[in-house]
Amino acid sequence: MPVAYIPRTRELYSDFTPYRWIVNETVPWTPLKKPIAESKIALMSSGGIMYRDQPRFHHEDASYRRIPKHAAREDLYVWHFGYPTADAEKDPNCVFPLDGMREMEAEHVIGELSDPAFSFMGGIYSARKVRDELAPNIVDELKRAHVDAFYLVPA
Amino acid sequence: MVEEEGIPTICMTSALDITQSVKPPRAVFVNFPLGHQTGRPNDPAIQRQIVRDAMHAFESIRTPGDIVQLPYVWNPTDRSWETGDYTKGWMPERPSRDAADVAEAERVARYAK
Repeated sequence: MPVAYIPRTRELYSDFTPYRWIVNETVPWTPLKKPIAESKIALMSSGGIMYRDQPRFHHEDASYRRIPKHAAREDLYVWHFGYPTADAEKDPNCVFPLDGMREMEAEHVIGELSDPAFSFMGGIYSARKVRDELAPNIVDELKRAHVDAFYLVPA
Repeated sequence: MVEEEGIPTICMTSALDITQSVKPPRAVFVNFPLGHQTGRPNDPAIQRQIVRDAMHAFESIRTPGDIVQLPYVWNPTDRSWETGDYTKGWMPERPSRDAADVAEAERVARYAK
């Protein structure tokens, strides 16, 4: 049985005003324009990945980092307030599957991995900040890069 | 928001109930502890498989809100993580702000050379 995380969140943060979950009644839907094997795909992880000397994330930080698609693993760092990062520090692919996506590109499973990939620190309490600050910036990035599809990894 | 701008999306998850509430257009569930949505550390085989399955699900999901559930098991002989994940005491103590500042300054200096 999958773990029930909503009750665990209530318990873990029982000293605080109960978190108001986003409950979406409708689901947005855009069909794929072309097969995945011909699509340019962007990768984004909320796992708090940083490249080389990029600054770490702060509380309620709606900024994001641009990670070059050919970044070496030893140039990736992790900073996050919301999950134990020991494994991701050992291997960022736990939450940021850059190696896997590069392989999908090399095997022509996907058309192209968009450059750069993106990461932010997903432990943001304010859904408003994500909606009004982070998301529009990412949409701009995706449009500038002319991506066909977007792969999100929450962590 | 991204979909409304005309870009199709797919979303990994390891928290099924949250994803059922948020209802992203396409989602892929893997029953691993939080922080391992795309696999175990230094296990490229499972990491590749999860990414491959996600790319496949991009095309196989035809109904908005569908969640593909992957069959992978974190540890077939020990399911104790399911009891402790995201409960009190689960999160290790974070480095202090001063310690983090020092570590970051060292990291920045390393790349300044």
